[in-house]
Amino acid sequence: MSVQIQIPTPLRRFTGEQAEVVVEASTVGEAMKALVTDHQQLEPHLFSPEGTLRTFVNVFLNDEDVRYLEREATAVEDGDTLAIIPSIAGGVGQ
Amino acid sequence: MDETTPPSHSISLTREQLDAIRDHATRTYPEECCGILIGQLDWAASAAVVHRLIAASNTREDSARHNRYLIEPETILAAQRDADREGRAIIGYYHSHPDHPSEPSDFDREYAWPDLSYLIVSVRGGEVADQRSWRLRDDRSAFDQEAIHTSPSRSQREVVS
Repeated sequence: MSVQIQIPTPLRRFTGEQAEVVVEASTVGEAMKALVTDHQQLEPHLFSPEGTLRTFVNVFLNDEDVRYLEREATAVEDGDTLAIIPSIAGGVGQ
Repeated sequence: MDETTPPSHSISLTREQLDAIRDHATRTYPEECCGILIGQLDWAASAAVVHRLIAASNTREDSARHNRYLIEPETILAAQRDADREGRAIIGYYHSHPDHPSEPSDFDREYAWPDLSYLIVSVRGGEVADQRSWRLRDDRSAFDQEAIHTSPSRSQREVVS
């Protein structure tokens, strides 16, 4: 499946200034892995050293937060669009 | 944090915008406040210019220790779409540190991306102590402080640009 991933402005430096990257994948997790395989400098900003998506990185599939679907196991179809959105959390003293 | 190197990045905002951020920080004290900075980034000069602010309502629930969102991702998605339509971008975020220094915590570092400005206001006893702005290094090892430039007013800025 051909999936389009929208790259947030601050991360475009790591995709050769591309605002959108097309990858082949059958799940959200595969798509995100394919993205960082093609653009390796992105990896530390999206994935933890353990290889899971960072806690503050949210993925929206066609405007729906994948947390409310099947997270990284959510299936994707041809022409789907993924958006990468940070969440901002509080953390004084942690 | 590396405070010995002179700041090579900068963020510019108007005096009114900075005052609005400081007001937000004192109004929400002793809770944290947070907001989105919309503007433009001159990549070559690493100079961010703030055009407008979005003050987020605090969505944190005290019991939700592991899910302490100050801004929901849905809000950020909408802000990003609006900024795209204006030909601008989310260039950073501000938040307050009640009774803590205006330095990013380890937690802040976990939740950051490079090239964004993270403006932190320290509020002590309900009064703003100071504010500093930070950018994450590419290797995520630390933040570097950036200069904060304030201009007197929006109208003056528009004339200049």
